Amino acid sequence: MSRPAAVQFTAGELALVRRLQALYPDKRAALLPVLQLVQDTFGYISLEAEEYVAGLFDLPPAHVHEVVTFYTLFFQEPKGRHVVSVCHNLTCHLEGAPTVLAHLRMRLGVDVGATTADGRVTLLAVECLCACEMAPMLQVDDRYEGNLTPAKIDRILEGLE
Amino acid sequence: MAERILTRNFHLPESHTLRVYRETGGYEGLSDVLAMAPATIIETVKRSNLRGLGGAGFPTGVKWGFIPKGHQGPVYLVINADEGEPGTFKDRYLLEKDPHGLIEGMIVSAHAIGSRLAFVYVRGEYVQPWRIFSRAVQEAYDAGFLGKSILGSGVDLDVVVHRGAGAYICGEETGLISSLEGKKGWPKLKPPFPAVRGAFGAPTIVNNVETICHVPHIVQRGASWFAALGTAGQGGTRMYSVSGRVARPGVYELPVSVTLRSLISEHAGGIANGRRLKAVVPGGSSAPILTADEIDVTMDVDGLKNAGTMAGSAGVIVMDESVSIPEALMIVARFYAHESCGQCTPCRESTGWIYKMTRRIVEGRGRKEELDTILDVARRGAGTTICAFYDGAVGPYISYIEKFRDEFEALIPK
Repeated sequence: MSRPAAVQFTAGELALVRRLQALYPDKRAALLPVLQLVQDTFGYISLEAEEYVAGLFDLPPAHVHEVVTFYTLFFQEPKGRHVVSVCHNLTCHLEGAPTVLAHLRMRLGVDVGATTADGRVTLLAVECLCACEMAPMLQVDDRYEGNLTPAKIDRILEGLE
Repeated sequence: MAERILTRNFHLPESHTLRVYRETGGYEGLSDVLAMAPATIIETVKRSNLRGLGGAGFPTGVKWGFIPKGHQGPVYLVINADEGEPGTFKDRYLLEKDPHGLIEGMIVSAHAIGSRLAFVYVRGEYVQPWRIFSRAVQEAYDAGFLGKSILGSGVDLDVVVHRGAGAYICGEETGLISSLEGKKGWPKLKPPFPAVRGAFGAPTIVNNVETICHVPHIVQRGASWFAALGTAGQGGTRMYSVSGRVARPGVYELPVSVTLRSLISEHAGGIANGRRLKAVVPGGSSAPILTADEIDVTMDVDGLKNAGTMAGSAGVIVMDESVSIPEALMIVARFYAHESCGQCTPCRESTGWIYKMTRRIVEGRGRKEELDTILDVARRGAGTTICAFYDGAVGPYISYIEKFRDEFEALIPK
């Protein structure tokens, strides 16, 4: 899924970029979707990738950098093959987010913000994911998992390649 | 049991599909509605007392009326599906369980305001809801409910589903517009209001998911029907997200005249584990906290405003006697410090400073004067910033400390 070589879209990806740009009254509005595409393709958004995207949008690289650094879902460094984001906002905190985080730190052997040495999992603590009815909860890649217990967390981790 | 309008199909398997939506009467009245004059629809929505359900509670029909009369050129409808207010999760349910209800609401609303291109801004973390909603949009195109001349009416509407990338501030309507335009999500000074000059420089109406889902029902069943469901100042039902120390956390759709006591003790099953209620945040984390003695209030915009708090996004966070209020404030303060967009100095500086002070107090390293410093810093910044974010942080700072001061003082070394 990640392609660490030079940052360069294929012809098919470039056609998708043009389709995305054409959806909006101003093509610059496609910047977020295209940065998402960069991240899905190359794994993260490097400074080189920012410059490449700036070229696709006729924007200064500084504008792209400003956008990449503003949003939490854009990664400027390589991340793990899976990202586990534990909600630590109010309801999840009341329902045991600190215990969830402690269990994950112990199981993964990394602190919040770090990636396991084998590159398998990046562990994050994040603000409200708006699934408070299943607190404590986390997001693993595209999926929400709630009503967490240590046993359930272990099952989730076992499912990650 | 009161009638459920927006959540009526949630129990049906496949409720997100076009097939089930149509089998339960969806899109049935659309042809007739598209034949109505836009001004008639706006008037109906005004008379229904529908208030914005994303947080601000502004009358929806009035907002629509702010588009300059006789405007030539594009008008945009933008759906705010950037749900992010701590304690709130209703829009996720609507996107996943009734996406066609939102699409039909968008068709009717876009017709009313003269928009032919609408955007749905879905928070980046909502991957599943985004997938389900995007599939529904495709189904609607394939069946002729979106695109050119919908059902032969001559009314066109295209819908673009746009994903955010993680930033609470993009739920603020002008921050959302900045983000939609491909920038960091910095809010913009008002005026001009978005209805006059919004996305891409054109008149833009930004409405919450749930607000728009109500519109087809109002137009088909009438303004008086909807208004009568609620209170004098706010019509209808709304979806209350209830979480924390209740027996049955979840989404409850109820008339806005329901009391907070009834919502907690009857609908959400009361306090879990036989404990006693201590405090409630009634409208998402930005709403000032209420004590256990203050829950005999109706959950409409005016009822909660009169109680010194706000209806906000209707995210109800329940705390029992075992919860430490200073610790809860520290968590809330961390959130506002993290999410401040950094544009206005009072917000950028105060949110970080107040978080540090609350953390020191919780860790037993607080100083006696710091409680008053927090209150002073909070009050000085209120009302001085471009958007409502900082005022939303000030609500909890002040109310948690004023209502539970003893608990804070007990943590400060003598």
